[in-house]
Amino acid sequence: MNFKLTEEQKMIQQAAKDFAERELLHDVIERDEKSIYPTEAMKKIVDLGFIGMMTDPKWGGGGMDTICYVLAMEEISKIDSSVGVVLSVTNSLVIWGIETYGTEAQKEKYLRPLATGEKIGAFLLSEPEAGSDATSQHTTAEDKGDYYLLNGTKNWITNANCASTYIVIAQTCPEKKHKGINALIVDKNTPGITLGPHENKMGMRSSDTHSVMFNDVKVPKENRIGENGFGFTFAMKTLDGGRIGIAAQALGIASGAFERALKYSKERKAFGTEICNHQSIAFKLADMAVKIENARNLCFKAAWLKDQHLPYAVASSMAKLYCADIAMEVTTEAVQIHGGYGYVKDYHVERLMREAKLTQIYEGTSEVQKIVISRAILKG
Amino acid sequence: MKILVCISNVPDTTTKIKFVNNNTTFDINGVQWIINPWDELALTRAIEIKEANAGAVENITVINVGLKTTEPTIRKALAIGADKAIRINAEPKEAYSVAFQLAEVIKKEKFDIILCGIESCDYNGASVGGMLSEFLDYPSISAVSFLNIENRQLKLKREIDGGYEVISIITPFIGIVQKGIAKDARIPNMRGIMMAKTKPLQVVEPVQVDNYTEFVSFFHPKPKTACKKVDPENVKELVNLLHNEAKVV
Repeated sequence: MNFKLTEEQKMIQQAAKDFAERELLHDVIERDEKSIYPTEAMKKIVDLGFIGMMTDPKWGGGGMDTICYVLAMEEISKIDSSVGVVLSVTNSLVIWGIETYGTEAQKEKYLRPLATGEKIGAFLLSEPEAGSDATSQHTTAEDKGDYYLLNGTKNWITNANCASTYIVIAQTCPEKKHKGINALIVDKNTPGITLGPHENKMGMRSSDTHSVMFNDVKVPKENRIGENGFGFTFAMKTLDGGRIGIAAQALGIASGAFERALKYSKERKAFGTEICNHQSIAFKLADMAVKIENARNLCFKAAWLKDQHLPYAVASSMAKLYCADIAMEVTTEAVQIHGGYGYVKDYHVERLMREAKLTQIYEGTSEVQKIVISRAILKG
Repeated sequence: MKILVCISNVPDTTTKIKFVNNNTTFDINGVQWIINPWDELALTRAIEIKEANAGAVENITVINVGLKTTEPTIRKALAIGADKAIRINAEPKEAYSVAFQLAEVIKKEKFDIILCGIESCDYNGASVGGMLSEFLDYPSISAVSFLNIENRQLKLKREIDGGYEVISIITPFIGIVQKGIAKDARIPNMRGIMMAKTKPLQVVEPVQVDNYTEFVSFFHPKPKTACKKVDPENVKELVNLLHNEAKVV
C-alpha cells in the first residue's frame, strides 16, 4: 500500500490547478449563465496536453497513468466541470476506445489527431428511448456490403458540436439483440448528419450538448471497431473506464464546494464569532471532509486497478456511484453553509450543486451503478 | 547562446509563516515548496526567447544552491522547459555564500545570459544578483522588465521613475529581473512533466566559503487591527483618533 503521490503526479495536480485558476475561474460564471463553450481555454488545454494525456506517446499522447488523469480531472472540475466533461468524454471514452480496440489504420487516422488534441471526440450511445437500457438501440447501421448505412437519433451528446470524431453505437442485426450492435467511427462532417439545438441544461451549461440525427449516413466498413456485433461489449468496456473520469469529476465538484465552504466558514461571523466555531457548521465540515476522503480513495483505487491491468469494472462503478452521490450531498451542504450567499451565483456553490446532479445521471445513473455492483457481489 | 537561470526553492506564497527554536528558525513543517516566482518568470522569458529565435539559444540551464530536498522544485523547472539543471549541494544560508557558490560553477561552465530574480520571496534579500556580478566581474542590469534578442542584439528595458530605459548590452551579463519580464509563469505541459525526469540534473559539491551573516531572530509583524469607522458628521472624533491613537497628525 502506498498513498504517496509521485513528484510527477504532484506536478500534474499543480499544473491542472494552476490552469483552472488562471484560465477557467475568471469567466466560469458567465459561461455557465450564457451556455458559452470554453473555446479559448480548450486551446490551452490542448497545449498543456490534458487531451490524450493517457495515450501511448507513439500516437502523440502523454503516456501517463490513470492516477494522473484522476488528479487532473479533480483539479479542473473543482473550478469548471463543463471543461471536465469535455476531457472525460474525449480521453476516457473516445481515445481509450480507439486505442484499446481500434485497428492500426484507425489509430493512425483517428487516434493520432485525438491524442494530440487536434480533434475532439464524442461518444454517441444514449437515445431518446435508450439511456440506461443501452441494449434497446433504435439507431440502425444497416450492412450494405462495403459500408454501413446509419439512421436514427442520439440524445444528450456531449461535445456533439465541437467534436470531429464520433463513436456511434448502432444496431446492425436486431434479431441478435445486443449481439447485433456495432460501434462505428464516424466523421462528423459526413453528409446526412444534423445537430439539434444546444440543450438548455440545469448545470454544466458551458459544455456542448446536442441531439444528433443520422439520415442515410454512409460509414465505411473499415470504421467498425472490432468484430461484427462487438459494439455493445465495446460500449460497456469503454464506460467502465469512463466512470473513473466521471467519478473524478464528481470528486472535484465536491472538493471545490468544500474548499469554498471551509474558507467562507472561517470568514463569515455570526453571533460574535466565525461560523466555523459553531458546532453545527464544524460538524457539517467534518462530515463533508470524511465523504470527500472516502470518495477520493475509491476513485484512486479504481484508477490504480486499471493501471495494474486488474479487473476494475466494479471498482469504477463504486467510485462513480459514491463520488456522484457525495458530490450532491457536499454541494448541498456547501450552499447551506453559505446561507443566502450560497443561493446567488457569485459564490459558485449553487453552480457546483447544479453540476453535481448530472454526475448521478450520465455515464450510467446511480441506479445503474447499483445494478452493476449488486450483480457482481451476488455472483460472488 | 547559453542561458542560465538561477532559481531559489522557496515556500509557497500562501504558506502560514511560523518560527521555532525560540524564533530563530523558520518552521518548514508541512510547507509546500515552489520556484521563487521572479525566478520562474525569468525562466519563462528565457524559454520564450529560445522558442521565438530558432537556433539562437543553444540551451537553457537552471541552477540552484540547495540540498537534495530541492530537487522536486528543480524538476519542475525542467518540466517547464529548461534543458538541464545543476544543483550545488549546500544549504543556502545567506546571499554571500549562495552567490559565491554560483560564481564558482559559472566560471567553469560559461554562460552568455545569466538571469536572477530580483529577490526571493522568502527572505527577500535582493542581493545574490549584484554579488554574483561582482564575483564574476560581469556587467549587470537590475530591475529588468523586458528582455529580447532583436537583430542578433540583446535588448533590455529597465523601469525608472516615470518611464523606462532601453539598454543594449554585451554578453556575458547578469540580468536581475522583476515582474513584467514575462506575463505569467509557464504551466508545465504533460509532455514536459514526463520528460523532466530524463533531463540531466548534475549535482556539484560546494566549495568552502564562510557565511558573513546569520539570522539572530525573527518576529511577526503586529496583526492588522480591524478598520475603525467614524461617522462622517463626527469630524472631531476623526481628528482625535488621528491625533491621539494613530499619531499621524
